[in-house]
Amino acid sequence: MLGPVRVRDGNPWHMSDAASGCRFGSGIERDEMGILLMDFEWTLFFQFMIIGLASGSLIALIALGYTLVYGIIELINFAHGEVFMMGAFFAATLVVVTGVTSDSSTGLIVSVLILTLLASMAFSGLLNAAIDKLAYSRLRKAPRLAPLIAAIGMSFILQNIAIYWKGPNPFTGPDLIPSEIRSYNVLQEWPLLRDWFADSTLRLRLIDLFVIGVTIPLLIILSWFVYRTRIGTAMRATAQDREAAALMGIDINRTIGVAFLLGGGLAGAAGMVALFYNNSGRFQMGFTYGLFAFTAAVLGGIGNLAGAVVGGFLIGLIWSYSDGFMGTFVSGWGSQWTNSVIFSILILVLVFRPSGLLGQEVADKV
Amino acid sequence: MASSYATRAEKWFADRKQEERKRLLWVLLGAACLAVYPFLDSALGLNQMGQWIPIFVFVILALGLNIVVGYAGLLDLGYVAFFVIGAYGNAFITSPNSWFVQRGWIPEYLQSFWPAMALSWVLAAIFGVILGAPTLRLRGDYLAIVTLGFGEIVPDFYTNASGITNGPQGIGQIAKPPSIPLPGGREIGFSTIDQDNWFWLVLVVGLVSIFMITRLYDSRMGRSWQAIREDEIAAASMGINTVSAKLWAFALGASFSGFAGSIYAGYVRVVYPDQFQFSVSIIILAMVILGGIGNIYGVIVGAIIIGSFDRILATELTRPLNWMGEQLTWEPLSWLGEWLATHNLNSDRFLIFGLALVLIMLLRPGGLFPSSRRAAELSGDDDDDVDDKEDLYDVREENARLAGGNA
Repeated sequence: MLGPVRVRDGNPWHMSDAASGCRFGSGIERDEMGILLMDFEWTLFFQFMIIGLASGSLIALIALGYTLVYGIIELINFAHGEVFMMGAFFAATLVVVTGVTSDSSTGLIVSVLILTLLASMAFSGLLNAAIDKLAYSRLRKAPRLAPLIAAIGMSFILQNIAIYWKGPNPFTGPDLIPSEIRSYNVLQEWPLLRDWFADSTLRLRLIDLFVIGVTIPLLIILSWFVYRTRIGTAMRATAQDREAAALMGIDINRTIGVAFLLGGGLAGAAGMVALFYNNSGRFQMGFTYGLFAFTAAVLGGIGNLAGAVVGGFLIGLIWSYSDGFMGTFVSGWGSQWTNSVIFSILILVLVFRPSGLLGQEVADKV
Repeated sequence: MASSYATRAEKWFADRKQEERKRLLWVLLGAACLAVYPFLDSALGLNQMGQWIPIFVFVILALGLNIVVGYAGLLDLGYVAFFVIGAYGNAFITSPNSWFVQRGWIPEYLQSFWPAMALSWVLAAIFGVILGAPTLRLRGDYLAIVTLGFGEIVPDFYTNASGITNGPQGIGQIAKPPSIPLPGGREIGFSTIDQDNWFWLVLVVGLVSIFMITRLYDSRMGRSWQAIREDEIAAASMGINTVSAKLWAFALGASFSGFAGSIYAGYVRVVYPDQFQFSVSIIILAMVILGGIGNIYGVIVGAIIIGSFDRILATELTRPLNWMGEQLTWEPLSWLGEWLATHNLNSDRFLIFGLALVLIMLLRPGGLFPSSRRAAELSGDDDDDVDDKEDLYDVREENARLAGGNA
């Protein structure tokens, strides 16, 4: 290690706000062009990797919802980010309703966490399916842009409902996970790791593990569902050729509904986890996460489940490194380049390789 | 018999010309009615002048977006990008705080409102081509997302490139239009207090825009746009250069946005990136879609409906609503009364825009005032066009008549 790393106090993990995010300490020299005069810092590199993987797994969960729906009905479900946001809002309200706080016993807290996770998934899944029934399902035969515009409208409606629900300002997450557990640094506390990372300031917190620990099982369950069950097979068949699948006796409308339900459920899980991970929420959180997740789905190859996961982790890492490093290297200018970086990736992929990293080139149906 | 087609065509053109004259008359009549509004406003003490001017700017924006979305059928979700470029263009050229002016890069004679507006117009058009070019190969929904990306990146750039743009604080002291001297020593000024003059200025600019856009619609370019919108492959095989037609749509659509942005900057005198969020693109899109995609008169009405809700009605109707809430003390509905008594309609803005988009798509995809030539992009099958009486030749009738004549 090349020297001590200063990580700011407070909540340096709040990804959606680069200003409070991980930065270098203040005593950094720059040359007259504002270029950083500093050796590369491996601790920070790994620190941002941890943050990137955690937020990447959230993005992967959301991206799967985009990909599931797009794979079947070729609709960019613009409201999907808002479904995720509603999952977070529902979780915040539910925890308050149960009355359990960080003072309660560990068993109670854990069971409330599990309950909230399942309830948010159910809520977001049903919400997504209901939106499909209400709006998109009536536009199945309409030209492609009609459901997209309806989805944009839905996303605005949901944002307004969120404003009614919790107000326009950011709110702090519910007081459920005790802060010493949130910031419990696994690398300094667990037996073997403690010796390996003795002179490192790298932090891998329990909350990071929580995010990954929720995501990975969900990904496994989803792939089991899609590749091993009857309805999953029906989904894949419908994605491949809707008419042929219908001729084989598959109930297309039900299959589409299941895709919305599954996608919404994953978004709800991501929303609940994001709420506890960031320890805050806002009605606009769905916009950023949603578009980043859409970028991830496109990057991986839209319609491709593995692609969405790979894309999610990639975008998470890019997000984290961009938040962490861009502001430092381009000084004198503002530091919040992350949106520009990610949207540039979106544009470049769509323009030059619309099939994404893992997708196959498919000729357009005329 | 051979002259029959020619006479029919002549009649058709004559009818259209008459219809156009009628339309022009209506537009002028409407404009005349609007032109007296400032007197009404001060006579009735409405104090809404400061809101109507931005609404008119949004009407111009909606007309510009209608070129891209309505005429050419390219769904642009990042239209705000060109609005920013136009507004900042004016700021860069005229503000004494601008990075370019301070370096002496802008000649003295350009540093006033009108040259800056012309330049912003061109600048936005150029950016329309630059940002439009990569999207040409893309399908409808991908195109929408790419334009959305540009709509996010451009304001983001102005926020972050603080060395040049002064970051989130933005640029102030933008030039206002020079006053016009009148005989007798008086003059028409355009400072912030001269709201009536601003109103008329924006009205005139709006009329000029309407004129230009109607001419565009009937031009060769306008007809190519509609052909591309209806069926791109068919249009290409009829010899339309789809690449240049689409680029022209982007450029001209963007130019109106740049032009509106420049006027807006001259009116508010300060630009900062937070004025130009994604929701602005969607508000403009909602105006176009509510009014009737592709129909400029519908778009104007849609823009006025949404704009006036956004800027005037939401604020003005809140008090009566609260009053109604206070009166509603009937027990079973007292919760509703309490809610209404404190409810601020300004917090419903997103709901209204969202509902406008969803309901129009579900119930009336052509908008409140559908375009006579329907936008196939949004309204499904179009095999019954033969019945359309606007067609130049009624083929079936003609055939039947010819068949009868021969027999």
